[in-house]
Parts: sequence; C-alpha cells; structure tokens
Amino acid sequence: MPQVQRTISVFHRQGLHARPAAVFVQVAKRFASHVKVKKGRKIVDGKSIMGLLTLAANRGARVVILTDGEDAEQALEQLSAVVTQPLPESGG
Amino acid sequence: MITLKGVPAAPGVAMGKSLLYDVEEPILQRRTITEDQVPTEVLRLEEALILTRHQIVGIQKRLLEDLGAEHAEIFNAHLLVLEDQSLREEIINGLKTQRLNVEVIFNDVLRRHLKVFARTEDEYLRERTADIEDVRKRVLRNLLGKQPTLIGHLNQPMIIISHDLSPSETAQMLRSAVLAFVTDIGGRTSHTAIMAKSLEIPAVVGSVEATKRIRKGEFVIVDGTRGEVIVDPDPPTIKRYQLEQRRNQDLSRQLQNLKDLKAETLDRHPVVLSANIELPEEVPSVLAHGAMGVGLFRTEFLYLNRHDMPNEDEQFQAYKTVAEQVKPQPVIIRTMDLGGDKFLSPLHMASEMNPFMGWRAIRFSLARPDIFRTQLRAILRASVHGNLKMMYPMISGLEELHRATEILNEVRQELSREGVPFAEQMEVGAMIEVPSAAMICDLIAKEVDFMSIGTNDLIQYSLAVDRVNEKIAYLYEPTHPAILRLVKRIIDAGHDAKIWVGMCGEMAGEPPLTLLLLGMGLDEFSTSPVQLPLVKRVIRSVEYSFAKSVCERAMQLKTGKEVETFLLASLKQVAPDLVEAA
Repeated sequence: MPQVQRTISVFHRQGLHARPAAVFVQVAKRFASHVKVKKGRKIVDGKSIMGLLTLAANRGARVVILTDGEDAEQALEQLSAVVTQPLPESGG
Repeated sequence: MITLKGVPAAPGVAMGKSLLYDVEEPILQRRTITEDQVPTEVLRLEEALILTRHQIVGIQKRLLEDLGAEHAEIFNAHLLVLEDQSLREEIINGLKTQRLNVEVIFNDVLRRHLKVFARTEDEYLRERTADIEDVRKRVLRNLLGKQPTLIGHLNQPMIIISHDLSPSETAQMLRSAVLAFVTDIGGRTSHTAIMAKSLEIPAVVGSVEATKRIRKGEFVIVDGTRGEVIVDPDPPTIKRYQLEQRRNQDLSRQLQNLKDLKAETLDRHPVVLSANIELPEEVPSVLAHGAMGVGLFRTEFLYLNRHDMPNEDEQFQAYKTVAEQVKPQPVIIRTMDLGGDKFLSPLHMASEMNPFMGWRAIRFSLARPDIFRTQLRAILRASVHGNLKMMYPMISGLEELHRATEILNEVRQELSREGVPFAEQMEVGAMIEVPSAAMICDLIAKEVDFMSIGTNDLIQYSLAVDRVNEKIAYLYEPTHPAILRLVKRIIDAGHDAKIWVGMCGEMAGEPPLTLLLLGMGLDEFSTSPVQLPLVKRVIRSVEYSFAKSVCERAMQLKTGKEVETFLLASLKQVAPDLVEAA
C-alpha cells in the first residue's frame, strides 16, 4: 500500500475552514485512501470537517497532508490542489 | 414605549406581534442506559441525523431556486458536519463509556467542539461555529421529537426576535409569514443581513438587547430603514408608521408603473437616475427598482471584517460581476473610503480623535500606494467588462488629484506593458465633499471627466455638524443657504467646463429637494434604490422651467427653514401625495 505525504501552505484567505474545508472533505471522501492532515503536533482525519476545523489552519499555515491506500498518489495530488489553488467558482 | 437602536440590515417598515425565537435551550433529561440499550441510542442518533439531513437538503433546494447557488452553498458545511464519521465515533464512544442517553452525549460532544472554536482568534472559524450551533440545535430538536419551529409555518405573520439567526433559519422565512426580524448580534454585511435584503424582509440586526427588552407577544414596530425597533409604541407613533407603510406600498405600486419609464421632465429634459450600492449582491434589486446604472459603488466591503487585504483578483472579480450585470448602463466605482466611521481591520488603523477629518479616503490611498495600486489595477482590468467609471473620494485640493492621476497613469502603463486589456477612455471623476474642493471646483472641473457631490460629508464639514451627535442634529440642514450656494457653484463650474455633475448623497433622494436640484441643472441623481421611484415621480411631474424658477426663488431665501417650507409648498403644487406622506 503506497503511503505518501507533502508539506504545503494554505492559500485561501479564509484559511482551511469555511468553504475550502468543505471542499477538502468532499474531495477526500472520493478516495479509498485514509487521509490525515497535520499541523504542528496536531493530526486529524482529513475526511472529517470537525477535525479540519479544529486544526485552525489559517492562510499561510504549513500543513502536511498524508494519504495512505490504493489511490494515495492521486488523492495527495488533488487534495494539495484544493489547499494551494483557488477554488472553482460557486456551483462547481 | 421604548426605542432600541440597531444596524439597519434590510429596509422597510413592519409592525406586529413579536415571537421570541429559540431563545431558550431545549431541556435535556439525563438518563442512564444499560449496555444493551446502546444500539437503540445509536439508532436514534442515526435517525435524527438522517432527518436533519433531509431538512437541510430541503432548505438548500429552496434556496437554490430562490436565491441562487451562492446562498445554497452555505449549507454544505452543515451537511458535512452531519456526515462526519469521527464525530459519530466520538458520540458512540461516549454512549459506550458514559452510558447516558444520546441527547446528552451528543450535546456534550458538540458543545466541547464549539467551545474550542469559540476560543479561537480567527474570525472565520468563529463564524463557522454558527453553522455547527445550527446543526446542534436541529439534531437535538429531532432527537427530542420536537417539531422544529418552522418559521415558514407560523399561524399568523409575526416579527421574529432572536439572539442570532443562522442563514438556514433566515432562509426558511417566507415573506408571507415573517413581517420582519430583529437580532441581538450581527452586522450589515453578515450573511443573514444580505439574505434579508434579497428576501425583502425588513430587518434590524445588532440590536444588542432585543431579546431581553422585548417580551413574547409584545407589539413592536421594526424600522429596517433607520435601524430602529420601537417596543410597545404609543398611538401617534403607530399612526405615523402606518402612514409610512401605506406610502411604501403606494410607492412600490408606482414603482412597478414607473420602472421602465424615462427619468425626464414633462418637456423632455432628461436626467440620469442611478443607485448607490454597498455590495455586489444588491445589483438585482437595484435593477428591479429601475435604476439607470450605479452612481456609487462603495468598495469598503472588500476590506472590512477580515485579517488580510483583498488581492487584485478578488477585487477584479467583484468589480467585473457588477459591471457585467449592469452594462450597458454605467457603474461608478468609488476608490476606497476607509477611515472615519469605517474601520480597516487588516491594518489596525489607529483610532483618531476626529476620524472624519483624519487619515481616510484618498489621503489613505495616497499614503499607501501599494494598496491603492492593487485597487486601480483591478478596476482597470474590470473596465473592459462593462461601462465602468471611477471616482476619488474626499479630494481637498489639486495636489491630491495630480498624485492620484500620476499613480493611475503608472498603473495604466504597467498594464499596457503586460499586455493586459483595459478601457483607455474610462471616465475618472472626483467627489466633491470637502468645502475646499467645492470652492476650487472650477479648477478641479478642468482636470476630471465628471464630478459627484457627496452631500453627507459636504453638509457635515460646511456646517461643522457632527452627523453622529444627536444634540446638534437639528443643525444638519441640507437646505441651509450655504449648502445651496455650494451645490449650485459646483454644478455651474462643471457645466462651464463641459462635464457632467452628479450627486450621490442622501440629499439626492429627497423629493422636496429634487425640484431644487433639477432646477440647478444637476445631471445625475444617485440614491438608495427605495428612493428612486419617488425622485423619478417628481421629475416626471414638472416642466424643466418650473424647476428652474423654484431654484431661482429658493436661492434668494435667507434661512434653511424658509427654503424647506418653500420647497415643500412647491412640491405640493406638483405632487401633493408625496408631501402628505413626508
């Protein structure tokens, strides 16, 4: 089982909460892999909105995304994009 | 009778019985359970979650139809909380270890999370707690088998008084069932306020003690235009507001009739009637009120209530959205007017003794060219997507105008070099709201494409009257001969220089003054959308020559009171119904 991780900075001005967090969870759920997000010493389930919110990852915060499972590579790729790039327009 | 002050969130007047919404916490019975009862409790939880989900999806669907995707999206976070596996596990664990009924466990777990979120410094995250709080209440109600107080299904239309209303609660309101609402907390740009505006339900938010001062079933008047709540009003007050309500109703009827008619006098002298807006979301309502464009697009919303500065793209998107919706009609963007009563959060501006005369508007922009440039770039880029114009607030002398033009030209060159398209002939104007600028308006007029008179500040500065101080409010007189002379002077100077002159203060929306301003030759009236039909009505009722003679006469009067009386009498001649209401 592949296990990959990447350290990135949060791009969104709202931080990794509000809509970006919701999108993150929605994307994470599309994959079979386990998704964890780490900030400092805190580590949470990337498929849990409550978990992500407790991270309080503001704009510019460094977070580590860890994925573990069949589709780990793909999951990491897409989730990194959610954190580092502008979100698609509403409705998308 | 008491009057509570708040923030005017959505205009209009309503009166009726109050309903205190959800002020009390549901009472939870604490019950111990045996080990074999755990699965039953888990099942109850699952059922409540599914039911809640149905309810929220239902609201979302309605919102999508009524208000569009953007509002509906607010509820995605709600749904994710309901689906949250780790939250569910936490609750199931609690059931197993603590052996208490699921209501209590669920409540404890959510409360614990909410506490963590509430402690954070982060404003956005703190706002999220409202969503989770909403989910908590809904699930609890469903667990307790209580019918949720569906605001949409009240027996009789009522006025909702609540500590706070979540967007989901606001969304459930039907205009037929809810007369108005009042909340203790919230601001003008909160989601709830924006939604109230879209739904056209009068609302006052941030009224601090509303839920404490108003009793259940008490008769209240909500004045969403002025931001006041009158509890247990006396008969004369009720009468006064009934008149206003009737006037508003007549008005909206007239509005329907007037909407597509031109703003011109009986002898076809045309003027431009446009609207002032604060948020891009207001555009549809502005167009529905028959505005011929946006005469003042305030850009402060972009900078308020946040930690960082809005970047160029974000601003560009906002300007573009408005330009596209309004085109081919013009949109006049006012560059940032921060300072004064508007606090710029990202920069933590120092509080000043005299903020209205302090570091704000163009003074601030010129001191922070980095921030100013970003805004200019965004405006220029958006200029190809519609009919955009731009103006600088609070110009007090030519140097400021020169410096601003210099920066604008640099930004233009920069964009050209980058190959970014922009409208090269975009009109650039100056707001005339400082007496010094009014005195040298002939010089300013030679260097701009238009001038827009900002009367709120012009009056306050010229008459040395603090708008916010109630003790001297009587001195704030738009009809003061000094103001008349200044305004006339500005319009004449503009016309001498062959440019158009507009007005974007409240003065532009007052029917008795419409005759006077029309007679002075004002080219553009920009006002809040609700005043538009009134102004149009006055303009369409007179000959241009009549307005001119009213102006001539008014200019000879000696006091503000005399002018006011004369203007009311003149208005009565042409539109008696408007005077009775005023």
